[in-house]
Amino acid sequence: MAHSVDEVLAGLAEIVEEVAGIPASSVLMDKSFTDDLDVDSLSMVEVVVAAEEKFGCKIPDDDVKNLVTVGDAVNYIVKAAQ
Amino acid sequence: MSAPTHRKVVVTGLGAFTPLGGDVATTWAALLAGKSGVRTLTHDWTETIPVHFAAEAAVDPAEVMDRVEARKLDRAEQFALIAAREAWKDAGAPEIHTERLGVVIASGIGGILSLLGSYDVYLEKGARRVSPHTVPMLMPNGPAAAVGLELKAQAGVHTPVSACASGSEGLGYAMEMIRSGRADVVVAGGTEAGVHPLPMAGFAAMMALSTRNDAPEKASRPYDKERDGFVLGEGAGVVVLESEEFAKARGARIYAELAGQGITSDGYHIAAPDPEGRGAARAMKLALADGGVTASEVVHLNAHATSTPAGDIAESLAIRGALGVDTDHVAVSATKSMTGHLLGGAGAIESVFTILALHHRMAPPTINIENFDEEITLNVVRDNPRPLPEGSIAALNNSFGFGGHNVALVFRSV
Repeated sequence: MAHSVDEVLAGLAEIVEEVAGIPASSVLMDKSFTDDLDVDSLSMVEVVVAAEEKFGCKIPDDDVKNLVTVGDAVNYIVKAAQ
Repeated sequence: MSAPTHRKVVVTGLGAFTPLGGDVATTWAALLAGKSGVRTLTHDWTETIPVHFAAEAAVDPAEVMDRVEARKLDRAEQFALIAAREAWKDAGAPEIHTERLGVVIASGIGGILSLLGSYDVYLEKGARRVSPHTVPMLMPNGPAAAVGLELKAQAGVHTPVSACASGSEGLGYAMEMIRSGRADVVVAGGTEAGVHPLPMAGFAAMMALSTRNDAPEKASRPYDKERDGFVLGEGAGVVVLESEEFAKARGARIYAELAGQGITSDGYHIAAPDPEGRGAARAMKLALADGGVTASEVVHLNAHATSTPAGDIAESLAIRGALGVDTDHVAVSATKSMTGHLLGGAGAIESVFTILALHHRMAPPTINIENFDEEITLNVVRDNPRPLPEGSIAALNNSFGFGGHNVALVFRSV
């Protein structure tokens, strides 16, 4: 199922709020997961698995390391969920 | 042969998260008032096991812990961290080089709720859905690690595991860290969170648990003729230990001295106590010798007394074996009658009680003794707290565990 960038950003922001306690409104495209949002490597796995379920896509572990910013993840998910 | 010279170890901070309260003050007040923390369980699984009650923590950790922090911590880790924060604050948050600060938090089972909960997730949803926090949450050293990380402790973080003796062994280990010079301050305690149908079914299968489902608050009844097993409890106790030198130099308030420890093993049976309590008696004697305390100085004893038919008698024999005629003037308290049995947390929370008894000169009561078992030859504090004498006094805390572990700690007033 296809999702827009805005839909994915909103959904991802909810997940980050749940996992890391960062208000969803602060989860913006240019934010770095580790540097800005307090998402460490373990919590990143939680974000990825929750995103896979929410958007019905697969994010292989090898690709996770390339998802540095929220924008990286949003664009990846939009493409993967097409 | 001259006695070994030790650095004296003192207690400067206390923390508790128990079935009687979310902190030391609430717990101690409930203990002196003779309140029971045992309740009928209301879980969806309660009716699936033969025992329908336990002593769950009085406060939901979610009320005092940040949600995001809590979701990465097993319930046993949450208990330990909450109690450690209270103890650290109570000690005045000592300023110390982190390389001189240690942590010892014991546990009997470790993160069993996380272990079993994660297995349920695996069975229902598959491996991909198993949380990346699972291993740090289930490992038995997880609570020690969580406290160590919080305080940035770098002198060593440890987790003794000796079933229901773990908590006391934790304090003993911490004392040795300070005596040997490895650390100046050690945050030490024990924690457990095992109210789950699997461990409860296992203890029930051993016939170790009381099955008094119609009167849960009366179920934990050490020394009563009708006692029929222990009541599972959960929670944590934590103390801050320091070398006397370090505590005095910073002007710390000192509750008591942790004067000595004795550790033995029965070599007898995996679960049953040596019926004559020989290993337990030897642990108490060793503790007194280690602390330079004579039996006549001991005025109070917090017994292991879990309310099992065999265990309470074996300990009674052991106490008399260790203290001889001096047993008669020792005010014995069986606080599990109120808290239930915190397993790996028991020795730690009962150390907190022993320290408070010396500090306030007041021995807590033992409740639920309706028909005193005459085979118990101890001077038991029943129903109401009993004042302890003035002057220099000492108190013992006993803890024994499946596997034949015996730990006795001796504390001295200051």
